Amino acid sequence: MSDATPAFAPLPRLRLTPAFLIGATLVGLHVVVGLLTLIWTPYDPTAMTGGRLAPPSLAHWAGTDRLGRDLFTEIMIGARIALSVGIGAVAIAAAIGVTVGLLAAFASRAVDDVLAATLDILIAFPTLLLAMLIVAASDGASLGTAILAIGIAASSIVARLTRILARRVLAMDYITAARVSGTGWLGIVRIHVLPNIWPTLIVNFALQFGLAVIAEASLSYLGLGAPPPNASWGRLLQEAQATVYTAPFGAIAPGIALVSLVIGLNLFADGLRDVADPTRRRR
Amino acid sequence: MLIAAAVLFLLLRLLPGDPANALVSVGADPEQIEAARRQVGSDLPIFAQFVRYLGQLASFDLGASFVSGVPVLEEIGRRLTLTLPLTALAFTGAILIALPLGILAAVKRDRWYGSLISVISQLGVAIPVFWIGILLVTAFAVKLRLFPSSGFPTSGWWRDPLAALHQLALPILTIALVMSASLIRYVRSATLDVIGSDYLRTARALGAGYGEALVRHGIRNGAVPVISILGIELASTLLGAVVVERVFSLPGLGSMLLSGIEQRDYPSVQGVLFISTLLVLLVGFAADLVQRLVDPRLRGPSGARP
Repeated sequence: MSDATPAFAPLPRLRLTPAFLIGATLVGLHVVVGLLTLIWTPYDPTAMTGGRLAPPSLAHWAGTDRLGRDLFTEIMIGARIALSVGIGAVAIAAAIGVTVGLLAAFASRAVDDVLAATLDILIAFPTLLLAMLIVAASDGASLGTAILAIGIAASSIVARLTRILARRVLAMDYITAARVSGTGWLGIVRIHVLPNIWPTLIVNFALQFGLAVIAEASLSYLGLGAPPPNASWGRLLQEAQATVYTAPFGAIAPGIALVSLVIGLNLFADGLRDVADPTRRRR
Repeated sequence: MLIAAAVLFLLLRLLPGDPANALVSVGADPEQIEAARRQVGSDLPIFAQFVRYLGQLASFDLGASFVSGVPVLEEIGRRLTLTLPLTALAFTGAILIALPLGILAAVKRDRWYGSLISVISQLGVAIPVFWIGILLVTAFAVKLRLFPSSGFPTSGWWRDPLAALHQLALPILTIALVMSASLIRYVRSATLDVIGSDYLRTARALGAGYGEALVRHGIRNGAVPVISILGIELASTLLGAVVVERVFSLPGLGSMLLSGIEQRDYPSVQGVLFISTLLVLLVGFAADLVQRLVDPRLRGPSGARP
């Protein structure tokens, strides 16, 4: 870190960079589609509506799968699943990560050292591997275990970031002043620490959201995610790979949906970072 | 290392279901189950199991698979002959792609192709490994029929190395592409740091050409942060091979881990994770050594960064 002065400041007006706009549009599109599937889908997602493995047509924009179900409908539902996994996993990661990170920052030297070392070890394990172990540990794969596993796996990263950010704030003179004037540690967290670290945390949550979407797709691809009939993008891709010789188009559309959401989230996070951290200009 | 071993052990014991179940058939009577439990040691208290496990680790005895009965270390050794070359080749490929493109993206950042490289690498970071794998299969195996879509010769490397390499072409390309996408970003920002540095301006002022200054002064300075990233990337590729091996159904370390988890084969899972952790630590150590080799300032007694 070259910038010695922490760049924590109240949020300035939202600067609408093109990257931020594109990101927000992509994410917004997925949210709208995901919400829409709650009340309407082009076809019944479980009904056989056309020929098996039919190529894309006007009636079936993304073709049909091996049971003749409309792929576009399944991809739309996949958006809902991806978003709910992302929201759930990030909420879990935030709850555990911020709590542990704050505890470590406030704890005595010895406790902090142990926590930091444990976090480093957990982070050295790839998120996906950790999630795989947790899914395996719970009986049977389901959407819930996938969310839980990804959330727990991501929480170590959030915890480490929170710890570093909180320690930086705690080293400030105004914290000493607050302590001297009798503010308890909960008060310090609420009044000084959280308002100062949340802009950076939010940016990280947006990035974690994207990683969670990829992790969920990977778990489903490996058969460790939500079981059918949940139309996760990862499972759609896995099924498409099985029929790649007869119907190669099936692998395209779910992938595009997945990547557009992740890119949208990354751009969105970049845009937020520009706002949250004015000293860090994009090059 | 000890902490890592303990974390692994605990995580695995949290898996519900007795590993002895893998040994007995459905409907076995209690006596048979008890015998099986004694055989795998799951009748001992958990602490005794842990002490036994540590003792075995110390003597590099990783136990035998609950399922097949083959010693785990032997199985890992066999599978490493696939996973290690796969990772190494993909790693080399990624460096060959990322170094020139990353430097180009930084030096020519005002040109259209400079930004194009940045945009593509941004895209690459958002694409899951397995989708790239599937797309490559669609393009090169289904459409062009240049490479096989999956599998590996059972005879291994030595019978026909070229055929083996041909089989591995798509997996190698998949990993190399994914790795290079994030690598390009690091190389680019390291190069940008070098370009903005005072010493480069001094070198230019002393009459060195742009390219010469960059090569003579830039590479060593820019390499240090990139090497530590390379170490991390190599380690995560080794562990991340799980997904790629599934895409191309390769009999490597990753598929051993997956089937181990599915069958609750603790010795296999523990063994794979233990050896992978060992490899990851070794890679980190090697990256550290290389950094010191490149940058004499890191060789001081404290090893402190300048």
